[in-house]
Amino acid sequence: MSLREALESGKFAITTEVGPLKGTDTTEVLEVAEILNGKIDGVNVTDQQSAVMRLGSLATCSILVQKGLDPVFQMTCRDRNRLALQSDLLSASVLGIRNVLVISGDFPTLGDHIDAKDVYDLDSEQLIWTINRMNEGYDLAGNELQGKTDLLVGAVVKPVSDTDESFELQLAMMEKKISVGARFFQTQAVYDVDAFEKFMKRAEQFKVPVLAGIIPLKSAGMARYMNKNVSGVFVPEDMISSMAKAEDKTATGLEIAARLITDVRDLCQGVHIMAIGWEKKVPEILRLANLA
Amino acid sequence: MLRSEQKPFEEIVGYLEGEKKIFILGCDGCAQASGTGGLPQVLEMRERLEEEGKKVTGHKVVDFLCQKALVSSGLRPLEDKVMEADSVLVLCCGVGIQTAAAMIAKPVHPGCNTINMGGSRGEWQGSERCMECGDCLLEYTGGICPLTACSKGLRNGACGGASNGKCEVSPEKPCGWELIYQRLKEVGRLDVMKKFIPPKAWNKMRPRPEMLSTSLWDIEQCDESIQEGVG
Repeated sequence: MSLREALESGKFAITTEVGPLKGTDTTEVLEVAEILNGKIDGVNVTDQQSAVMRLGSLATCSILVQKGLDPVFQMTCRDRNRLALQSDLLSASVLGIRNVLVISGDFPTLGDHIDAKDVYDLDSEQLIWTINRMNEGYDLAGNELQGKTDLLVGAVVKPVSDTDESFELQLAMMEKKISVGARFFQTQAVYDVDAFEKFMKRAEQFKVPVLAGIIPLKSAGMARYMNKNVSGVFVPEDMISSMAKAEDKTATGLEIAARLITDVRDLCQGVHIMAIGWEKKVPEILRLANLA
Repeated sequence: MLRSEQKPFEEIVGYLEGEKKIFILGCDGCAQASGTGGLPQVLEMRERLEEEGKKVTGHKVVDFLCQKALVSSGLRPLEDKVMEADSVLVLCCGVGIQTAAAMIAKPVHPGCNTINMGGSRGEWQGSERCMECGDCLLEYTGGICPLTACSKGLRNGACGGASNGKCEVSPEKPCGWELIYQRLKEVGRLDVMKKFIPPKAWNKMRPRPEMLSTSLWDIEQCDESIQEGVG
């Protein structure tokens, strides 16, 4: 079943993601593809995540298509102007890629090429709007395409914020993204289910599938690091102390991830598991969450 | 020095839709020199708006609209007229519009686009910044420029990077879009957040040829002609 079919069928959708390496080595991606094949509905491929230069999302998505998976081509607005973005969308289409996830993209100074020119010719909403134009057979400038795209467009939202302004803005952005053609959302990692429920109470009116972000914890230190440095991530103290006390931290981290999936199951339409190096453990998380 | 040109009148009237009472603010600095916001242009705008059926509660041309102290002292005697209005129309550069928006607890509409002079810069004091993009968006962003207030210059709204109201690029820098959200909320215009801002015409940001070859007061050319005369 494709991601589009999964979302349309109303089944609890499961996506995960892989991050290409810095270099031409695709061994890990191929191994992960083999393990995940048939167990998930879609696999995101990150686009130079954290503004660190890496193998491209487009090429990696193409490899995943060849291996029989349904990749989600992540596209940031950071690095490409409107010509390059549209050209890559056409390229994605002919390579059999069917899903795109639109992101603003971390600023270059957060990555490993801090002197890079940031682009943001289009912002996320404008890129979503552009893709829908291309699906209708026209480029951004209004020229007719010879062969249109048929891409399912997703977007991101941060469900938990530290200021009221940010929380309200995220909902307003979500509504605007839907108004220009976003058809599903993947969220920042959720650890506080009550806070996520508060967000979903507001977001459910939009009637667009939301896939809650899940990042399995590897250690208490990782949780503290994310609380301090990753916008929108708030790991509760009791979860951090469970990780600190755990003898088998891997097992505890996977159990917490599975419990979070179970807890959000009735609140949203799916989960997006960002395993960050633990991609091969995703089937185990799904088994623990009774989804395999 | 910031050079401006008035937005098309139809665009301005569109901004004022649903509003009956308007206060007009001009500037006797760069906008006067640009012929866009001095007293003659303010009076002309007043007449045209009244022809459109608007009530103009008052007008004022402040010496330098980029200077908060001058805005404050200039408007104090007219406070009643300003507060009686539904909104304030500002005929000035992007800096003056943002200064007015920061100083006045009313919706502020931009009446001008600020056009790029190709590197010519004056100096001013204040926190408002204008990139001379030639297609002013301040109407939709609470009088706070998203190109300069947001590190990424996002036009439609925030990214997901802010923490505690600060930008992901620098913990000292406030998230521009949280500021915009607060301002729109204060002036009761959160509805404009729903408007989709289409891809920007960046070519309007390129300086026009005449901007690269002339100065506003022609001093350089006067100098040249004197030299030629002497030579």
